Amino acid sequence: MKSWRAQVLVCAGAGCVSSGCRKIRDAIVAGVENHGLKQEVKVIETGCIGSCNLGPLVLINPEGVLYQKLTPEDARDIVAEHLAGGKLVERLLYKDPLTGRPVARLEEIDFFKYQQKIVLRNCGLIDPMNIEEYVAREGYQALHKVLTSMTPEKVVDEIIDSGLRGRGGAGFSTGLKWKFARQAQGALKYVVCNADEGDPGAFMDRSVLEGDPHSVIEAMAIAGYTIGSSQGYVYIRAEYPLAIERLEWAIRQARERKYLGRNIFGTGFDFDVEIRIGAGAFVCGEETALLTSIEGRRGEPRPRPPFPAVKGLFGFPTLINNVETYANIPAIILKGAQWFASFGTEKSKGTKVFALAGSVINTGLVEVPMGTTLRDLVFKIGGGIMDKKQFKAAQTGGPSGGCIPAEHLDIPIDYESLTRIGAIVGSGGLIITDENTCIVDFARFFMDFTQSESCGKCPPCRIGTKRILEILIRITQGRGREDDIDRLVELCNNIKDTALCGLGQTAPNPVLTTIKYFRDEYLEHINDKHCRAGVCRRLKKQAAVKIS
Amino acid sequence: MENQGCSCAPINEEDLYPKIEEIINQHRGNQNALIMVLHKAQNLFGYLPGRVQEMVSLGLGVPLSEVYGVATFYAFFSMVPKGRHEIKVCLGTACYVRGGQKIVEYLEKGLGVRVGDTTKDRRFSLNEVRCVGACSLAPAVLVNDDVYAQVDPAKVDEILVKYE
Ligand SMILES: Cc1cc2nc3c(=O)[nH]c(=O)nc-3n(C[C@H](O)[C@H](O)[C@H](O)COP(=O)(O)O)c2cc1C
Ligand code: FES
Repeated sequence: MKSWRAQVLVCAGAGCVSSGCRKIRDAIVAGVENHGLKQEVKVIETGCIGSCNLGPLVLINPEGVLYQKLTPEDARDIVAEHLAGGKLVERLLYKDPLTGRPVARLEEIDFFKYQQKIVLRNCGLIDPMNIEEYVAREGYQALHKVLTSMTPEKVVDEIIDSGLRGRGGAGFSTGLKWKFARQAQGALKYVVCNADEGDPGAFMDRSVLEGDPHSVIEAMAIAGYTIGSSQGYVYIRAEYPLAIERLEWAIRQARERKYLGRNIFGTGFDFDVEIRIGAGAFVCGEETALLTSIEGRRGEPRPRPPFPAVKGLFGFPTLINNVETYANIPAIILKGAQWFASFGTEKSKGTKVFALAGSVINTGLVEVPMGTTLRDLVFKIGGGIMDKKQFKAAQTGGPSGGCIPAEHLDIPIDYESLTRIGAIVGSGGLIITDENTCIVDFARFFMDFTQSESCGKCPPCRIGTKRILEILIRITQGRGREDDIDRLVELCNNIKDTALCGLGQTAPNPVLTTIKYFRDEYLEHINDKHCRAGVCRRLKKQAAVKIS
Repeated sequence: MENQGCSCAPINEEDLYPKIEEIINQHRGNQNALIMVLHKAQNLFGYLPGRVQEMVSLGLGVPLSEVYGVATFYAFFSMVPKGRHEIKVCLGTACYVRGGQKIVEYLEKGLGVRVGDTTKDRRFSLNEVRCVGACSLAPAVLVNDDVYAQVDPAKVDEILVKYE
């Protein structure tokens, strides 16, 4: 490829698109032309660079200088002063919140400094619409390596040794899942990618698909070779039109280059990928429901076993993994299981991508080694709480996850540690709340979500979530009763034990963890009719009376 | 996906029937294509009229009850015509924490409709969604396919004037 004096990476992740990055790109392209720099400076639209709250932003390589919160005028200044004049445009640099001093290089900004990028290795660095750029960064070499020098068994062993576990929520060993799917007997087999990303407050998978779609396509092809399948499906939610568009484009390019299709790399291996679009049902993220939905029917889950690896799509053995799980695979194949296993903790290897949002100063997409503490995520990377407020709780895992209170800020984020305190790593949504959030209302919010998303097939979930919601609504309206907490706990435990699928089984988590860690607030609502956050309006009055 | 842009009510629905017929023909007898075809139909009509459901049922060989079952199961499909522009306020977790509810209330008052309804002049439909993936810039509001981030009630009016 042609070498450039400078590359201007304009973040075109979904966040920056909504902050107006297109105008910035246009201004830079026009400026580059006006200054006669077209032969020296390349302007690229990339996927999410990560720090969404600083958008629109551009990164200038090879120096690695980040300019933030830009207007089109700013963009023109960058071209004139930095690209043409060779000087930093100080007023547009990131300012360290503590010292107030400008920080020029992305690597030196706290938000980026503590990250470790494996899944997001290309995200924000390459043009996702140009397969050449993926290929230039070792793209499709893992597929080549697998097809030309590894047996399927060897691939399975490598993935098992890496310790990679599913990033879609359950954390099951990816290597073992591949092994089961490989061993299963079937005239046909399928490889499916779960890109439903239904947890509200999560946008990791979306960012991978928008920023580096080929990494997922490549991994699915590797999976196809390993389990003996020649057809893949990506099930993606309709709410993500940009991701759908980029993935479609990437698939087309991969077919043109013959990384998909017949006789890939001349090895006789055939594989192709198709997209299926969801239609707005949370439960379709659950694997059995997802497969039913691909078949064009109501996305209702069914009991497992049989697991999809044995009897899945159209009744054939099916391997289903999450987007982020797949995105790890090419890196593991190229760099080896040992390398991957050197990140993370004893039982949780590698990294995890989080969508950091809520009341933290720095919001966006972050990838850290497993075992990083919650405190580091919130305070070092997240920069602490906005408006000088207090940290109240971190919510992980969406509606199936839990609320982690301040006393557990030092918990290392890995599968085992979070499960121990009643929360889950989940898919990677990480919402930070401050004292403005009423914890009872927060629990009601999640229950409202699961209740309306319950598919209605099994009674514990259909009726139980409704009963829980009714009690929570009563409490937030000042009509709570003394025995409500006991009743909630009993209902929760029953649903956990008896619901058909993960939706129902995990729905009680937000309620149970908030009762466990914020019982006082429940009691205040029930006994004193007082909402300290001032969120529950019917209680507000009483609260004011109480204070005065 | 083609033609994502506009989910407005068409001027003349009749003209669209030959088009949907054509789409159905491409998938004739293929029951697995049901959701895909419904997506296309909704893109075309802005909703799923009864007659379209009947055509899909016949064309794909899926019982009408099942077509209806699928259409009502998925939140994305609608049985009633929508306004020319669809406003969707995100009430996913991040947006809820950052005040999405206040935007809903402001819009309900300003437009004089409840969530799920359409204004009398059919200019706007108001709906809630659960996360559009712009969580780091919460609260988010969608108008048709345009995402507006870090919205507050004051910004809402400014946004809506752009949509006639
Ligand atoms: C209610 C429910 C929703 C789920 N939603 C998702 C989702 O949006 N994305 C996802 O990858 N997995 C989701 N899962 C997990 C999947 O069932 C499945 O475990 C996962 O796709 C397996 O891939 P992995 O092993 O790579 O994690 C959900 C599970 C449940 C019970
Ligand atoms: S919660 Fe609103 S965009 Fe994700």
